[in-house]
Amino acid sequence: MADSLPPPALEVTGLRKTFGDFTAVDDVALTIAPGGSLAVVGESGSGKTTTARMIAGLEKPTAGTIRLNGRGRPGVNARTSERREFAREVQMVFQDPYASLDRHQKIGDCIAEVLTLHTDLRGPARAARTAELLEQVGLDERHAASLPRALSGGQRQRVAIARALAVQPRLLVLDEAVAALDVSVQAQILTLLQHIREQTSVAYLFITHDLGIVRHICDEIAVMRHGRVVESGAADTVLTDPQHPYTRKLLDSVPVPGWKPSRVLATADTVPSVPGTEASKGDAGNRP
Amino acid sequence: MSSYQIASLGRGLIRSSRLRSFVRGHGVLAAAGAVVAVVVLASVCAPLIAPYDPNAVDVMAVSQGRSAAHWLGTDDTGRDILSRLLYGARLSLLAPAAVVLIAGVLSSALAVSAAWLGGWWDRTVSALLDVVFGFPGLVLAVVAAAVFGAGLTVAVVALSVAYLPYIGRVVRNAALRECQLPYVSALRMLGMSGWRICLRHVVPNLLPIALVQVTMSFGYALLDVAAFSFIGLGTQPPTAEWGLMVANGTSGILAGRPEQSLYAGVAIVVFVIACNLIGNGLSTRLQGETR
Repeated sequence: MADSLPPPALEVTGLRKTFGDFTAVDDVALTIAPGGSLAVVGESGSGKTTTARMIAGLEKPTAGTIRLNGRGRPGVNARTSERREFAREVQMVFQDPYASLDRHQKIGDCIAEVLTLHTDLRGPARAARTAELLEQVGLDERHAASLPRALSGGQRQRVAIARALAVQPRLLVLDEAVAALDVSVQAQILTLLQHIREQTSVAYLFITHDLGIVRHICDEIAVMRHGRVVESGAADTVLTDPQHPYTRKLLDSVPVPGWKPSRVLATADTVPSVPGTEASKGDAGNRP
Repeated sequence: MSSYQIASLGRGLIRSSRLRSFVRGHGVLAAAGAVVAVVVLASVCAPLIAPYDPNAVDVMAVSQGRSAAHWLGTDDTGRDILSRLLYGARLSLLAPAAVVLIAGVLSSALAVSAAWLGGWWDRTVSALLDVVFGFPGLVLAVVAAAVFGAGLTVAVVALSVAYLPYIGRVVRNAALRECQLPYVSALRMLGMSGWRICLRHVVPNLLPIALVQVTMSFGYALLDVAAFSFIGLGTQPPTAEWGLMVANGTSGILAGRPEQSLYAGVAIVVFVIACNLIGNGLSTRLQGETR
């Protein structure tokens, strides 16, 4: 029955992005079940952020299809009404907490503005919902009255999460969302994200270079290298029994007690490189 | 002298020099602000404080030096120079204020729309700003006066156009950076309209930068308006205006009575310097303020 099987929160097939001669993303296919969570891991320049930006609608794919909840996503230059309607399908939390918020807007106003845009809530009802959203991410009315500059990086990232949750999206793209935070704050935010996923039915697309944090938050993993998905599967399977040598190298690179960088570098030679997509091309086009 | 005394003396010196540099840094800004405030206030209150009608001709008191009756003397038709300076400040300040206000609003609108929309519109706006940048303001104003006739209105409109690139280029660069920030992407993803993102979020964040450019430009615009009146194409006699007063006084300079030109000239110079100092001070503070 078509009714009994809801469409996946995200279904990407044959996704491709080229910048001139450079292929940043090459034939990528990803699927996330409703309420599921997928980690896309890979080194800098592997194309993971470009993939995320295309799914978020911030970058135009060269080829391929992106379907969210069974709907094709509107283009980069979609009309405001189209964008507003699609906002409930996917939202994104960005890497840099210091540039993710308008620095002249109070936190409470930032959330309230989104609620005005997407709900009929006004006045006290809107204020109550704002407080509720901030509470959900561990902030209170004191933070609501302050400007972003009064908040730490972790707190700003919480605001960015609350702002995204305000439209109750089905998919939340987290693009290196904890990479700019220090380790203890990272743990707090990851725990918060876990709680949120348990409370709401939001699905996560978690973009990261850090395999160490993946197990805490994701059911599935896709490993990207040179724009391609080299290995994917359940998080436990991939993390405990990696099939691709590159995945093994990434796992070996996670610093643990007794970790020796020299051993990791020695294994680097055994990873077969994809012809024509040398790492020297590095970060080209990966970030705007 | 014990080592303790030397140390405390050293500390005292460091502290006092820090204090002094702080006072000096902000003192300049405060002094420049005070000059501008006093001049603006004086021009607004001119009818109350000016001792004479600025256009009252007194043939019995032509070309007088400083006296108790005429603090800054009289010009060659016996008009009180102080009164003319005070009344003259009105037009001399209002005209450049209009220039930078029109140029500021128009160029900011162009710059932000160019940065937001990009593509052919950005190229058109940038080319327009570059072309206008090639013309000195005065040349543009002289051409406008040749076509539309002399007068202050023509000068203000022409100079407004000439000042577009001075504000527009800086604001466009800042707007390009601003539009690349993730929060703009986030607002787009939330389905906010481009108008609202630009007017409610991008523009307020660019306002300090635009304001610094407007302040800096104000001094130069004042100089240009005065120069335009000086060459006889702007304010027409007998209206009191600083540039015109400098021109009127030129005949007196050779006769050993440089007062009229001198006082009006000093008023212009002091005001322009004050504006530049304020602009500089604001831009320094702007650079210091991060996030």
